[in-house]
Amino acid sequence: MIRLPPRTRWGAAAGLMVLGLSPAFAAEIPLAERRSGFDFMSRDSQALQHDDTANPGMLLVLDGEMLWNSMAGAAGRSCADCHGAALVSMKGVAARYPAYNAEHRRPIDLQGRINLCREVKQNATPFAWESPELLALAAYVAHQSRGMPITAGEDPRLQPFIERGRALYEQRQGQLNFSCANCHDDNWGQKLGGSVIPQAHPTGYPLYRLEWQAVGSLQRRLRNCMTGVRAEPYPLGSPEFVDLELFLMFRAWGMPIETPAVRP
Amino acid sequence: MARVLINVPPTAKRGQIIEIKALISHPMETGFRTGPDGNLVPRNIIKRFTCNYNGEEIFSADLFPAIAANPFLSFMVAATETGLIAFQWIDDQDQVQLETAKITVE
Repeated sequence: MIRLPPRTRWGAAAGLMVLGLSPAFAAEIPLAERRSGFDFMSRDSQALQHDDTANPGMLLVLDGEMLWNSMAGAAGRSCADCHGAALVSMKGVAARYPAYNAEHRRPIDLQGRINLCREVKQNATPFAWESPELLALAAYVAHQSRGMPITAGEDPRLQPFIERGRALYEQRQGQLNFSCANCHDDNWGQKLGGSVIPQAHPTGYPLYRLEWQAVGSLQRRLRNCMTGVRAEPYPLGSPEFVDLELFLMFRAWGMPIETPAVRP
Repeated sequence: MARVLINVPPTAKRGQIIEIKALISHPMETGFRTGPDGNLVPRNIIKRFTCNYNGEEIFSADLFPAIAANPFLSFMVAATETGLIAFQWIDDQDQVQLETAKITVE
């Protein structure tokens, strides 16, 4: 069965039910019940995210703006030299990432895309994964899409990678033998060690996590969950992580981008 | 220079109570954590933060290791006259930073 973005999928689901078949995604969260992690936070944390002068993620967004406009590498070019004002050129870009890269024949995420630009167009050494510079640029670019609906996964060439991401999401792993879906599909809203289990919609990455006291990427968050179930995390930037990111963004299809979000 | 976000309303009525907010990018390293080599990471926190309104100190705070990274300070003050609100803080490495904001009182 060809997987379509959720809105179309529900039409397909209705069609299947007419035919007397049960949809394969019965355990998924119904569209009307999807909620951002924002809704599960305390009012104080929500206020922190809403006020741009109080949101600590904005500090990194400002760093990103500086990096966007500064020259780098042997090419002596800044991001702005090619892309112009991010306010215009980067609007809506983060909402459709991870996107298909024809050259690599697989999806790449926003951080991967930034590093690729750095390597190929700027002739500069790519930033280390999870480095403050890479996070700052990613946060600055993603910030330009704030409030816009997620549209990741629309490219038909992404289909096999979404499926792979879905398989990773549903696969039990680690010593505790949990899949992502065991918590985030089946038990969202319940408590895990005093914290509410959210629905795992990656709407605000890179985000400021109070526990980290820093901004981190979705991959860092995924590593966190994987070590939580005592599984060995994939290396940062690995294809598995990008497929998983892609599936999660596809799963959050239509939800607004919040970058830089604040999470407990 | 650490990045900082200062929020002072640009205009206010005389006598109006205004909220001033300062968000400072700082690691606030406690001095109790060990690095990858097993040695203690030296303490580096903002020790003292002061705010002056036209030269007169209106707010000050001593900060301690239990305060999270990127401290956010918020306080209220009565807007009395047009002028300059200056923020100054010093950390364990004796780095002093000064930021100012203008306010017009009518």
